[in-house]
Amino acid sequence: MRQDGLTQQISARPLLAVRGLNLDFGTPRGRIHALRNVSLDVPAGQVIGIVGESGSGKSTLAYTVMGLLPENADVTAGSILFEGKDLLKMPIPARRTLLGDRLSMIFQDPMTSLNPVRTIESQMIDIQHHDQGSRSEKRARALDMLLRVGIPDPESRIGAYPHHFSGGMRQRVCIAMALLVKPALLVADEPTTALDATLEVQIIHLLKDLQKEIGCSILFVSHHLGAVAELCDRVAVMYAGEVVEQGAVRDIFHNPAHPYTRALLECDPGRIKKSTRTLPTIPGEVPSLLGSKQGCIFRTRCRHAYNRCVQESPVEYRIGLDQVARCHLLAEERLVSA
Amino acid sequence: MVSVEAIRPEPNDAMATGAFRTFLRQFRKNRLGMLGAVLVILIAAIAIFAPLMITHDPIRIMVGPRLAAPSLDFLLGTDQLGRDTFSRIIMGGRIPLLVAFASLGSSLAVGLVLGLIAGFGPRWLDNLLLLVFDTIRSFPSIIFALAMIALLGPSLASVILVIAITSMPIYARVVRTQTEALRSSEYVAAERSMGAGTTRILAVHVLPNVLGPLLILVSMDVPAVIAVEAGLSFLGMGVRPPTPDWGAILNDGYSYINQTPWLVIASGIPIVLATLGFTFLGEALRDIFDPKLRKDL
Amino acid sequence: MWLYLLKRLVLAITIIVIAVTLLFLMIRAVPGDPAAVLLGPRATPEMKAQLHEQMGLDKPFVAQIATFFGGLLHGDLGFDVFSQRPVAEIVFEQLPYTIELILVSILWAVVIAVPLGCYSAIRRNSVIDQVTGVLSVATIAIPSFVMAVYALLIFAVTLRWLPAVGAGNGFWDGLTYLILPAFAIGIGWVGYISRLVRASMLEILGENHIRMARSFGISEWRIVARYALPLAILPTVTILGVGIAWLLSSAVFIEVVFARPGIGALIVNAVNTRNYPIVMGVVLVTTFLIVSATTLSDLVNAFLDPRTREKL
Repeated sequence: MRQDGLTQQISARPLLAVRGLNLDFGTPRGRIHALRNVSLDVPAGQVIGIVGESGSGKSTLAYTVMGLLPENADVTAGSILFEGKDLLKMPIPARRTLLGDRLSMIFQDPMTSLNPVRTIESQMIDIQHHDQGSRSEKRARALDMLLRVGIPDPESRIGAYPHHFSGGMRQRVCIAMALLVKPALLVADEPTTALDATLEVQIIHLLKDLQKEIGCSILFVSHHLGAVAELCDRVAVMYAGEVVEQGAVRDIFHNPAHPYTRALLECDPGRIKKSTRTLPTIPGEVPSLLGSKQGCIFRTRCRHAYNRCVQESPVEYRIGLDQVARCHLLAEERLVSA
Repeated sequence: MVSVEAIRPEPNDAMATGAFRTFLRQFRKNRLGMLGAVLVILIAAIAIFAPLMITHDPIRIMVGPRLAAPSLDFLLGTDQLGRDTFSRIIMGGRIPLLVAFASLGSSLAVGLVLGLIAGFGPRWLDNLLLLVFDTIRSFPSIIFALAMIALLGPSLASVILVIAITSMPIYARVVRTQTEALRSSEYVAAERSMGAGTTRILAVHVLPNVLGPLLILVSMDVPAVIAVEAGLSFLGMGVRPPTPDWGAILNDGYSYINQTPWLVIASGIPIVLATLGFTFLGEALRDIFDPKLRKDL
Repeated sequence: MWLYLLKRLVLAITIIVIAVTLLFLMIRAVPGDPAAVLLGPRATPEMKAQLHEQMGLDKPFVAQIATFFGGLLHGDLGFDVFSQRPVAEIVFEQLPYTIELILVSILWAVVIAVPLGCYSAIRRNSVIDQVTGVLSVATIAIPSFVMAVYALLIFAVTLRWLPAVGAGNGFWDGLTYLILPAFAIGIGWVGYISRLVRASMLEILGENHIRMARSFGISEWRIVARYALPLAILPTVTILGVGIAWLLSSAVFIEVVFARPGIGALIVNAVNTRNYPIVMGVVLVTTFLIVSATTLSDLVNAFLDPRTREKL
């Protein structure tokens, strides 16, 4: 509510703008280039999905935005503009004041995300440390939010410890905590992966409702295409540390331009219409991220790869109004059609 | 299972030297481990060549004045009986090493056998042995040692026996745990089905697997044994006079601490260096071979 | 909870029964007559017989053990023929001195070591972390009696800052007499506990719930103190329970070096004079102390973790 006016003012400028981000992990075997020239916009009030296989760098991107990277991570280039300020150039204390206020996060594994030796109440009051209100005000807000995420009788359950709750209930508590601080941007890192299918649907609907209510943006990381289609306005497809294609959900799902996106959609069990005995797979493996950045990253698994794909990295090609993809084929097609 | 690979003699010589080289490379990077190795080699060399290094007869009294300060003739001064402290310290290193070798060796052998019996024998025997191990472990070791010395009388043999008994349960427990895990493993079951006897299974499969971790545990117990031996001798419950021994000399120094600091200084430092050297060495070996060893005890 | 305590009690009794039986067996196995040893070479046969009767040595072996356990049930640890006093009285007279020494030693060690371990974990590989790393290995390795004799030499004999031997009179005076002994015992524990806290703190700080707390911008010191320490302290609590055995062992040496009263000094004297009843009494009391300390630390540990607290 409080930032409604603000949201309209800056609607021309995205809430979060990632520009040319490169990130390496130092390992004993060498530097792993985990993020390669990643650019991405999260407009205010929108839900942006990031999809990709395990190891595609989608969670790394989420942690980079939050500034929760392990010690061996090293951002080598790029910027992350949040509300117009570059998070990467901010001093650490200034960045920390944004966390739990303008930015918050939901994690993958609800079973281990809550502190096992503190009550839900003490944790929910603790995270409102940016607020000046009294303890009882904070407690009342926590109770409200617990009720809102579907925890029955929160008054009697708020004093319990995390191990008293089931996995689905814990994720609801985590969502309640993340939204309790009324963030401008919620980063959700595979929040439904650890849950079973019925719970997943419930949690997705809950997130959708609450997003509309609070009016925040969500950066939703998932490998589940169905969840992304359900929840997101826009989607970015990541492969081996690169964003290979991004655009509006409808465009990406109906008119995928990048060979990887097409392959990914073909493999989604929810979208296979013909009855088949074998599930389709993408042949080959995700390439080692240790090597050089030259050439198209997907060429080793691409059916259409040719010599240009080895020599130079593809740039972004615009397809339609609001869809971009990195593939040399798109340049060829345009030449043919022209 | 790097430990087993490196410690068990390999039939293939090239592979064995390869593993040994890897070990050396890792060991060189461990600075404290190197320091420990140097100290241990130095102490062992002094103990072995002690008779060649001494400047006076270590047990002859009145070779010099009483409680003298260091001089060119008496490098570390003399004790209350006018004996040469330097020669006594040099010879005194033999006792702790001997005690460590004898007590841990016998403790290892007994622990190995009892552990194998507990791990491979019938359930009731396993439970009984475990109870005995736990009983020994829950005694305060020094007080238990003192009680036994009260009965056996103070002597080097008592010290060795006491240390062997108190350090045995840990070895036996490790052997038992590993044996039990191997006993239920598939390849032992396969051996059994092919008619292999218990002795063969123990000798061929279990023994090589438990020996590596066990030797590391033993190497880590050496400093504690040196400390206990020195401590019991310090209390006058270990070696009998006039045998030179670091703990006994420390006791002499303690008795005459108001007259001269040299006895205390001269006897304390070798104890510290020996325990430190063996500790650094043992920790380095554990870090390289089996970092998680102590955790599952 | 009650089942657990019952199990512990049974274990304690079993251990004490085995210990006593072992000691009786060993007294039996040792050649020579304990009464003769006690009385010295010039004892007459009548004196020996009288002492035999007093010590119960004239009875059969099983009867001796039975009498001993019968007495144990009434808190009777036997009778010391030297001082003509009950063993229990002598042991419990000395016990408070040892307990005081052990508690003060471990208390100062914990107070220093826990913050040090936390700091080393947060500033990993900093100069302080590396220095404490090496020093802790060293202080753990150096025997406490060597530490004690050196401390005595430096601070009491040479500098004369602190009293050398005895226990002092009154609270404040007694405290000055405690400084050197408590230092000699505690210094190794500082190293040990600080490394233990550092290791478990590093493990906890890598857990998911800590990352979650960080994602809310909670300050690092608050995360360490309120979110990580309650979990990271648990292994230390366990070790303190087991560690009373090591503490009692060091107390033996420290009491001798600083000529303090206590059960350590008591047993050393008893061993020197072959006073078996006292030796037996000290072994029993210390074994009991160790079993109860381990039980207590297990209970405290279970209480500190809400996941196990409910099962108590």
